[in-house]
Amino acid sequence: MTVLSGKELPRDGVKLSGEALHYRLDKTWSRQPGLWGWLSTVDHKEIGRRYIITAMIFLALGGLLALAMRMQLARPESGLIDPDRYNQIFTMHGTTMMFLFAVPVMEAVAVYLIPLMLGTRNIAFPRLNAFSYWIYLAGGILLWVAFVLDIGPDAGWFAYVPLSGPEYSPGKRTDVWAQMVTFTEIAALAVAVELVATIFKQRAPGMTLARMPLYVWAILITAFMVIFSMPAVTLASSFLLADRLVGTQFFNPFERGDALLWQHLFWFFGHPEVYIIFLPATGFVSQLTETFCRRPVFAYSAVVIALVSNGILAFGLWVHHMFATGLPRLGYSFYTAASMAVSIPTAIQIFCWITTMWLGRPRFDTPFLYVIGFVVTFVIGGLTGVMIASVPLDLQLHDTYFIVAHFHYVLIGGAVFPLLGALTYWFPKITGRMMSEVIGKVNFWMIFLGFQIAFFPMHISGIMGMPRRVYTYPAGLGWETTNLISTVGAFVVALAVLLFVLNAVTSLFRGRIAGPNPWDAAGLEWATSSPPPAYNFAHIPLVSSRTPLWDERGHLPVVTGLRVDDRELLLTSVLDARPDVREPSPLPTIWPLLAALATTAMFVSSMFTPWAVVIGSLPVAAALIFWFWPKEPGLPPEPVIE
Amino acid sequence: MSSRFRAVSAALIAMVALPSCDRETRENRGKPLPESVPGIVGDPRAAEYEGNAFHIAQGQRYYVWMNCNGCHAHGGGGMGPPLMDAEWRYGGSMEQIVDTIREGRPNGMPSFDQKLSEQQMWQLAAFVRTLSAQPRQDALPGRADEMSNIEPRTLDERRPVERTSPAADQARPR
Amino acid sequence: MRRLLPGLAAVALVACEGRQSVTGGDGLHSGQFNSLFLIFLLVTAFFYLLVIAFLVAAVVRRRGRAEDRPEKSGGEGGFRLILIGWVALVALGLTGLTAASYFSDAAAGGARPANAIRIAVTANQWWWDVRYLDPVPANTIRTANELHLPVGVPVHIQLKSNDVIHSFWVPNLAGKQDLIPGRITDITLIPRKEGLYRGQCAEFCGLQHAHMALDVTVEPMETFEAWRRSQLRPAPPPATPLAVTGYNYIMTQECSACHNISGTPASGQVAPDLTHIASRRSIGAGTFPMSRGHLYAWIADPQSAKPGNHMPYVGLEPHELHGVVAYLETLK
Repeated sequence: MTVLSGKELPRDGVKLSGEALHYRLDKTWSRQPGLWGWLSTVDHKEIGRRYIITAMIFLALGGLLALAMRMQLARPESGLIDPDRYNQIFTMHGTTMMFLFAVPVMEAVAVYLIPLMLGTRNIAFPRLNAFSYWIYLAGGILLWVAFVLDIGPDAGWFAYVPLSGPEYSPGKRTDVWAQMVTFTEIAALAVAVELVATIFKQRAPGMTLARMPLYVWAILITAFMVIFSMPAVTLASSFLLADRLVGTQFFNPFERGDALLWQHLFWFFGHPEVYIIFLPATGFVSQLTETFCRRPVFAYSAVVIALVSNGILAFGLWVHHMFATGLPRLGYSFYTAASMAVSIPTAIQIFCWITTMWLGRPRFDTPFLYVIGFVVTFVIGGLTGVMIASVPLDLQLHDTYFIVAHFHYVLIGGAVFPLLGALTYWFPKITGRMMSEVIGKVNFWMIFLGFQIAFFPMHISGIMGMPRRVYTYPAGLGWETTNLISTVGAFVVALAVLLFVLNAVTSLFRGRIAGPNPWDAAGLEWATSSPPPAYNFAHIPLVSSRTPLWDERGHLPVVTGLRVDDRELLLTSVLDARPDVREPSPLPTIWPLLAALATTAMFVSSMFTPWAVVIGSLPVAAALIFWFWPKEPGLPPEPVIE
Repeated sequence: MSSRFRAVSAALIAMVALPSCDRETRENRGKPLPESVPGIVGDPRAAEYEGNAFHIAQGQRYYVWMNCNGCHAHGGGGMGPPLMDAEWRYGGSMEQIVDTIREGRPNGMPSFDQKLSEQQMWQLAAFVRTLSAQPRQDALPGRADEMSNIEPRTLDERRPVERTSPAADQARPR
Repeated sequence: MRRLLPGLAAVALVACEGRQSVTGGDGLHSGQFNSLFLIFLLVTAFFYLLVIAFLVAAVVRRRGRAEDRPEKSGGEGGFRLILIGWVALVALGLTGLTAASYFSDAAAGGARPANAIRIAVTANQWWWDVRYLDPVPANTIRTANELHLPVGVPVHIQLKSNDVIHSFWVPNLAGKQDLIPGRITDITLIPRKEGLYRGQCAEFCGLQHAHMALDVTVEPMETFEAWRRSQLRPAPPPATPLAVTGYNYIMTQECSACHNISGTPASGQVAPDLTHIASRRSIGAGTFPMSRGHLYAWIADPQSAKPGNHMPYVGLEPHELHGVVAYLETLK
């Protein structure tokens, strides 16, 4: 037991532990009950839970839109949905899934898990975290309210100009889309900054970079990718809004703007975005493989190097979305080679996971089934990705249903399957109860088979020449059968998702009580009770290996000496996690919510008049001033170790 | 505090939502409304077309397609009178503009009666009114894409591919 | 594999049939596409089988039990070498595929033979404006939503867009090329087989993206020349009284404001040229096949089958409708 030094103040330690410690820490860290407390909380677990549930609601909404599209496409020349509505529906589907589900849910799980995995009491910048959630929620509500009011965007989720420009997208539809992008980018950037700061400075003493769980590595890389890629799309959407609202000419070729500028800016974000969704999922797979194969993942450093190179290479591929635009052909070769090269790190990771299974003793619990489903499905998506990295093949397959099949294999196979596995796996940690294993297994097979039925035929539709984003198609081109099969599969997937929700809800009340470590896993998040208390850990754990709970069975060493009468965190050094400084953690406050509301008011009204930016910035400034109002300095800073 | 904020934002959303329904409707056939009486103010279609972003955008296309810009330029006028100022020889209301389009006017304004459909004339009139910034601001586009009415000069002629890719010559069979 | 086999079978099935098939192989470069696609399919299938075989072997080797104690790392020496070998194998496979792709692309790209037929295609929301260019201006012909190509002769197509980004794509003949406002792009095709093909806009271009097709006819040189000569002829005068009614309507009313019919006063330029509309295979850029019934349906209410297209609903009287259809049917 390492004791941090300091003055005579109430601290955890030999003199204060057990129930008495719990009482003091709980009083310090828990929020006040009631609506006010709910609105002003800054607890990463509470916000992470909200974030996850909100993102899952958007998944369900996006899924309903997918069902509507599959109904329309089940028959040729179907008159079920008119083209105007259909175009809104597929745009909403893509936008919801990419901006409101996939990226937020990955960050949401990280917001919940990362502080627990690192052995700290709260995330860095917890108020920013609350702000991020409110802004994200506002962006999602804005988009969906607009859709219900028939102002849903209809230019596709990548909104190519000039179709999305002022002349060809009249009304406020595209403005809503572009402003929603701004909302979600702010939310994502805020979380990315928190995660980087948390991972670098709040790891438990002894958890050097080389001892971090692989999921933490994946999130670190992802957060950096968010920081480097999102500004591109924020810039692009601001240009688009300016073109649409105040008559700038960024994308107008007739005034020396350029329509392709949009595509470059958008895909410079859009391609890394795929990895922003995929890398956290590989982190899930690493954690699940470790737990269910009963041994650490093979070749830790190779997996980390693969993650880092994935993150870097992802920024060099964006032009492979633009092979049909007629850019110089020699340049294309570079992007072909880069797109091919990005599969090497992924191949390394896949090899390491399977080797871990080979060396270990796999246990077929539901979360692990999702890992196997992930490998079987995702590799198909990866390999079709290799096909369309080739310019001649892409020129035929680009914008066909082959592409639709490809990216659903990558995104559902590569991200949603691991996510469902991860939610099943961490459900006991979040709620304290296990999900039903029987329903879970049925659920897995339904979603796995339903997915294959829905999406495999789309490869064939694409090869038979069916372009994507058509609201209907003529009979007689041979597309009827494959489309009908896809529709059937889509309904199976929908049923499976419904079953997952039912399982989660019933398990929440009736599930088996889990205990702190139901899977006998190795990470720090399993060292505390399920669900964790408001302060996460009674004593900050001390780490000396990559799998602390396996190596230190029953007697995890701890660090003591943090104050219990004030919210105090222990910061450690970046590389080798030596105790560095004590850091106060902010108290709950309503100001992040108010700042988010003020920002929302400014953004929404700026779609109607540019003056809103000027006038609307005043309430935002006021909210920020109150948020950051200097507090009474408490005690002078103490040394950590004398 | 927060409930007040929420009330305010709810009111804001409601304010945005109510008129937006009219603004966003996309009506392709024209509604079967009674024939308008030329030159008389008060046709119910006036507000409907003028406040609708889609109709204004359609009118913008017809403005170029029917070569209105040939005489009126992009509102600044030329052979024909300017349309972006406050002066109207034959009245500046929706009904009067539709009437001008339909009947034509002396000294050069041709009649588009039976050349444009009724709906197209209303759409065109709605766009013409935007040139002098009269309709609702939230239904207007920020700008047109073809302000200068010139051939694009971004790329005059695409360079042949073989010059950018030396390997193309060697690899080609024959 | 379970899913790849039917996939392969399906690819084999679809190949060589279908008017709009990626694997049709009816153009010079699409033959290369097929062999390249096959190479990719085989190599990727090989890697997929390898991964799945390894996965199956790994998960059935030793089943875990709930009471298993976790193991330490170790006993994995051989696998480090295998990992290196695996990375080398993947890199080798990818290098091979990149090279195959590059040479195939280099072979396909670039050629603009001197004897090529020159065509300019301009995309509009939601139809194709087609001009066959000729050094003699009088020999330039204009048509819409169709291409006639002589077999075996290279065709150089210049691509422009009047509004938003579209994408020119005739799957059986060649890859795709975007049409971007503010840019001029081009594509060269050499059709190898006679046949009737269908192209379609491949980049989402707004409301009626689904109804923006292009009929492509690849025919012998003589037939093509005959078609070309027929396209140069102006429209014949209306012969029957009914056709005269239609002619008069078209010339004096809405139609002529947008449509052009050579040899008549109708000279609108913003909609498809109607001079030889009755010789085409479809109406409304692939919305309907060409027939009298569909002509009636289209003209009576263009907004019903292709809502939002720019041909307005006019509300013709029955006798006017009969006349217009009768006249249009003479425009062979």
